[in-house]
Amino acid sequence: MSSPAVDVADARPRVRPLRWLAGAVLLVLAAQLAWFLVTNPRFEWPVVADYLLDPNILAGLGMSLLLTVVAMALGSGLGVLLAAGRLSGFKPLAWACGVYVAVFRGIPPLVQLIFWFNLGYLLPRISLGVPFGPTFASWPTNAVISSLTAAILGLTLHEAAYMAEIVRAGLLAVDGGQRDAARAMGFTARQSFVKVVLPQAMRVIIPPTGSQFISLLKGTSLVSVIAMADLLYSVQVIYNRTYQIVPLLIVACAWYLAVVTVLSVGQRRLERHFGKGQR
Amino acid sequence: MNATPVLRVQNVRKRFGDHVALDGISLDVHEGEVVTVIGPSGSGKSTLVRCVHQLEGIDGGAMYLDGELLGHESHRGHLRPLPDRRVAAQRGRMGMVFQQFNLFAHWSVLRNLTEAQVAVHGRTPERAREEALRLLERVGLAGKADAHPRQLSGGQQQRVAIARALATDPRIMLFDEPTSALDPELVDEVLGVVRALAAGGMTMIIVTHEMAFAREVADRCVFMEHGRVVETGTPEEIFDRPSSPRLRAFLSRFSQERVAEGEAASEPEKELEKGNAR
Repeated sequence: MSSPAVDVADARPRVRPLRWLAGAVLLVLAAQLAWFLVTNPRFEWPVVADYLLDPNILAGLGMSLLLTVVAMALGSGLGVLLAAGRLSGFKPLAWACGVYVAVFRGIPPLVQLIFWFNLGYLLPRISLGVPFGPTFASWPTNAVISSLTAAILGLTLHEAAYMAEIVRAGLLAVDGGQRDAARAMGFTARQSFVKVVLPQAMRVIIPPTGSQFISLLKGTSLVSVIAMADLLYSVQVIYNRTYQIVPLLIVACAWYLAVVTVLSVGQRRLERHFGKGQR
Repeated sequence: MNATPVLRVQNVRKRFGDHVALDGISLDVHEGEVVTVIGPSGSGKSTLVRCVHQLEGIDGGAMYLDGELLGHESHRGHLRPLPDRRVAAQRGRMGMVFQQFNLFAHWSVLRNLTEAQVAVHGRTPERAREEALRLLERVGLAGKADAHPRQLSGGQQQRVAIARALATDPRIMLFDEPTSALDPELVDEVLGVVRALAAGGMTMIIVTHEMAFAREVADRCVFMEHGRVVETGTPEEIFDRPSSPRLRAFLSRFSQERVAEGEAASEPEKELEKGNAR
């Protein structure tokens, strides 16, 4: 078996006809799509270009981003508390947190937004005082619940329910030995949670939180139904006047896609940061 | 010895559901004493040290550290559980070494050693760092301060874990099968560190399956079975003149399986063993 030396480095690539076929199909589809986008006059690309940086639309985009950041920050904080509560040894607390998650995860966010916006009907005045006792201060609900507060309230409470589940999964993923070791070092329950358990849970919490942030950004478009001037609403205001529906929706799509792309990059960075120190 | 024992365990009971893990354990450990605990799996050895460290609550009995009741206080003639902060402070006065090392995976070796010193014992970061580096040198890991736990071998991780437990100047060190999760060739480096501690006068309870080591390092040896202390005595009494039939049976099982390997740990035999394990 010592005839001319065989060396697989000299091998030629295999012929793969199916790949060529798939490549050709993709090429044709791409060409067709491009043709459609360029030749169909109803896209009105010049209109898209006109409105892309329109101040009203940028203000709407700003509002969408603000709502996303505020609801995410408040929702995450509340979510961590809910998750810790659900894992608490005090059963009534664990149960109450479970009920919260079930309710706020179970009602569609659109319904919640409309509900909070109409809170004034159910509860005409909001007051501060001793339960069943004297009242110190009270305000008419409709003065407190503007579309902004209704939007923040609805999105935050909904987000908190999802974050609670994500954080809980992260906490459960931390090895029990880490908790033992933390307690053994003399850390109090809160120190163990903040110093040892939560930071290690982050590795599991971050990836789904990134997706959650992205769906929340898209979810802010729901607030347009309560006349909150977000990106979608700003676009609607314009096309209700000019009837240029498609180009203005494309403006909105372009901005949503741009922001989501930036967020995805940020998410990948965070994952790398919190992944360190783990196997 | 009439002085107050460092640790006094009195008639401690612990059950998990229907399973009785500790069935009235009593044990005194005096200053500078090394007590090794042996016994079959499931005899309650690990539960004992976990209960002493209050990682598990006990169902009955009492434990004292330097004469202070652990986990409870008396209040208007009644006993009631201590708040978490006080229990944590009591834990901080003991050192624990786990079978699975349990180093904090998200921190460097140095931070593993310094954090409790600063956050629990109120030392300055500089002082904690100094102490940590001194201890790392003592366990032979002077160069590893900035490493992450996952970059270390099992034996190195366990030595860091010992240094971490020592960093807060514990009154007593508790070892829960410190070498059971290690590859055979890494056992000796960890036992060496424990041996040095014993020679230095550290008060310790060591739960172990390493019989030769349990005999060599102990001032006193405790044999447990079914959650009870069956026999306790000097290493010679336990290993050479066991009085109960159950201890005799346990030791004869071990002399067939384990003692041979532990005592005559010559290199060729170890290699052979590893070969067999594959």
